[in-house]
Amino acid sequence: MNITLRIWRQQNGSDAGAMVTYRIEDVAPEMSFLEMLDVLNEQLTLSGDDPVAFDSDCREGICGTCSLVIDGIAHGPEALTAVCQLHMRHFDDGAVIDVEPWRADPFPIVKDLIVDRSALDRIIQAGGYITAPTGTAPDAHATLVPKDAADRAFDAAVCIGCGACIAACPNGSAMLFTGAKATHLGSLPQGQPERNSRALAMINQHDAEGFGGCTEIGECTAVCPVGIPLNMISQLNSDVLSALAPGRTRRPQTG
Amino acid sequence: MTPWYTEGEPLRDATTPAVPIEDRWDARRFETKLVNPANRRRLSVIIVGTGLAGASAAATLGEGGYHVKSFCYQDSPRRAHSIAAQGGINAAKNYRNDGDSVRRLFYDTIKGGDFRSRESNVYRLAQVSTAIIDQCVAQGVPFAREYGGLLDNRSFGGVQVSRTFYARGQTGEQLLLGAYQAQERQVAAGTVEVFTRHEMLDLIVIDGKARGIIVRDMVTGEVETHLADAVVLASGGYGNAFYLSTNAMGCNATAIWRAHRHGALFANPCFTQIHPTCIPVSGDYQSKLTLMSESLRNDGRIWVPSEGGDDRDPREIPDTDRDYFLERLYPAYGNLVTRDVASRAVKNVCDAGYGVGPGSRGVYLDLADAINRLGQAAIKEKYGNLFDMYQRITGEDPYQVPMRIYPAVHYTMGGLWVDYDLQSTVPGLFVIGEANFSDHGANRLGASALMQGLADGYFVLPNTIANYLATNPMPADIDASHPVAVRTADAVQARIQKLLTIKGQRTVDSFHKELGNILWEKCGMERTAEGLTEAIGQVRKLKEEFWNNVKVTGENEELNQTLERAGRVADFFELAELMCIDALHRAESCGGHFRTESQTEDGEALRNDDEFAYVAAWSFTGGGEQPVLRKEHLEFDFVEMTQRSYK
Repeated sequence: MNITLRIWRQQNGSDAGAMVTYRIEDVAPEMSFLEMLDVLNEQLTLSGDDPVAFDSDCREGICGTCSLVIDGIAHGPEALTAVCQLHMRHFDDGAVIDVEPWRADPFPIVKDLIVDRSALDRIIQAGGYITAPTGTAPDAHATLVPKDAADRAFDAAVCIGCGACIAACPNGSAMLFTGAKATHLGSLPQGQPERNSRALAMINQHDAEGFGGCTEIGECTAVCPVGIPLNMISQLNSDVLSALAPGRTRRPQTG
Repeated sequence: MTPWYTEGEPLRDATTPAVPIEDRWDARRFETKLVNPANRRRLSVIIVGTGLAGASAAATLGEGGYHVKSFCYQDSPRRAHSIAAQGGINAAKNYRNDGDSVRRLFYDTIKGGDFRSRESNVYRLAQVSTAIIDQCVAQGVPFAREYGGLLDNRSFGGVQVSRTFYARGQTGEQLLLGAYQAQERQVAAGTVEVFTRHEMLDLIVIDGKARGIIVRDMVTGEVETHLADAVVLASGGYGNAFYLSTNAMGCNATAIWRAHRHGALFANPCFTQIHPTCIPVSGDYQSKLTLMSESLRNDGRIWVPSEGGDDRDPREIPDTDRDYFLERLYPAYGNLVTRDVASRAVKNVCDAGYGVGPGSRGVYLDLADAINRLGQAAIKEKYGNLFDMYQRITGEDPYQVPMRIYPAVHYTMGGLWVDYDLQSTVPGLFVIGEANFSDHGANRLGASALMQGLADGYFVLPNTIANYLATNPMPADIDASHPVAVRTADAVQARIQKLLTIKGQRTVDSFHKELGNILWEKCGMERTAEGLTEAIGQVRKLKEEFWNNVKVTGENEELNQTLERAGRVADFFELAELMCIDALHRAESCGGHFRTESQTEDGEALRNDDEFAYVAAWSFTGGGEQPVLRKEHLEFDFVEMTQRSYK
């Protein structure tokens, strides 16, 4: 296959950046998208050019490092697939493909396709944990966890923290990421004591980082490589409301 | 006397208490000096790496009140490669009431390691295993549960008890997120500082003690000096020396290799684990290999066509034209033989011309019988995520066509030598997780890596390091202007400039691929004296060419991924040579180390306990000089040494 790539090149955070066109020939359909970029980088290096900087690590879809927008879609055209698991067989011979970084104000560009996602770490620091210092734990069977609660927690806990949801959201919201953590820990018995304060602390940090609010567009869940559902934002909102009005009960007050 | 190395004084672990094995950990914790809580905030600890071992250690030391500086090359500590572990984590909980116990987990681990690990450390690992599960559940790790709300367990890696806890196929991810969140909580509390996109490039040793590290800020290129009262390496294994492995792209040996050059002995470097069930290589652009959990072997049958070169669609090859070679060779265990035995058998049939797929480097792992017997829905429930992953990578539907698998480098049992306190031979330098050699001997059992990482980080190191910190605080007059710190930083700068100014003709990756190929062919699943001798010569030659002909583009003062890789590959060359020397000197077969010259009549690994029941700890003597071998003789007082048999 012969492919034309239009790649965002930006020397550093203060450089303006631009799309640059590259031709790459003899692409094998079995190659992963990132392996194709490896081949391009080998060619660029040999010709004395600066290779394209992009993030990747495990290359098996679990570490959340890779972060490319391909033809306008975070992680590319395949559903439930991080870009490191995207293969060239999904593209046509002669295709022209645009490759860009995650774009969101709280994710400043470091170089080329690499952005700074440390804002997500700071949301976790604000409250994305259960307080359980080493040595304090009771026996693992001391508290039974109903299977549906365990499964719900797991469905949320699979978030790989890649930030695609933010890159895809027109509001630049990180509510899906934050909602997944609130749902993971808030679904478990051991997560109840801090449930509301956790949600509030995380959403405050979320806002302080400059992420936008959720208007239920759903682009986030559409690009999520692990399929975090939109309803995890509902749990976040519910927990935040509970935190803001501690006396509030589920039954509405009547006159 | 061999020309490859010289032999030095034997080595002894002086920190294991001389009491019965059950009481040693208790005794050691009682012997150790404690640090007054009020003094802890004045003591600092550097931790390199944020995987299971590093993150759990940082969280625990931070909770204890120490000042922790945590470093990782990734953009977030949550991305460390522990995250990719699939299968599970062992613990001697005996929740199944199936006869498990601390002693049985200890016994299985010693035997699985083929009697090349230290009894005291392994016993302690089994002892603290139960507390790990408690700790992780308290943090909210969503382990698999039954309908009654109890934790589920499964049998894993050929043991006869069900002691493996798991979180679907993502156990490593869930355990790491638990440790990461605990660490981030300490960041908010002000006890832990995290330096992401920082790579350790050297160790600072002042007056014989580890007092800090030199790191490169991977965004700005700035070379920084960080000092602390003690240094902990939790930087993982060195499987990427082989270029292709199941490790992440960035995994590297630089932290441990630099420490080795400063006096930390490197133990059993030739003990590497090759995992039999990985997705085969599809072409020479291949950048990494992906593991398929070996749980597939519970229901899958492994075969090749009986005729080499039979390129029919596998579904059209009748049973009579198939060779189920593991079942044929090992009738008792069949497809469930240990990782090293299965891997070697797969390579042998491919070498003999029976392989399938690209380059004939693959065999079929066929679940058709199980699908027929149990139904597709049941198989999907059990292995759905693995099948999806396989399909995503290969484009083939494993419900219809048998999967193809081939062995790949997966884990390194060798690492820096440590005593019972997990302290290396450089005082103040502690090594935890895969980076040390401690617990797995010559072969690691499934679901034991996660256990060891968390045992070291949550429960062992935080106790033992206190003993060092209590008596060895850094002298007040040492700061970044200390001549040793300055000299070390200057050397790092000089090496970076050297790499940038060679301006040769070959890329870093082309060297790395060639190095990996040498190791894979000659220091991989099967090793011979002749092949290893050749490999040493080839590695030396390639290293020399690297330092004269590598092409590293760009500058230091920017984000420069080529420069990062060049530094790592430069260290892999030196490590690769030591791996080959170690493999050459160990003229026996044990665990993952198979020497063709040492096998039984049936072609099985033949240990030589009279000559080789020791840990081979190597001392660095300077570039190009012969390393010095120091032997730690292993005593087996509690487990009788037996020869494995899977017939």
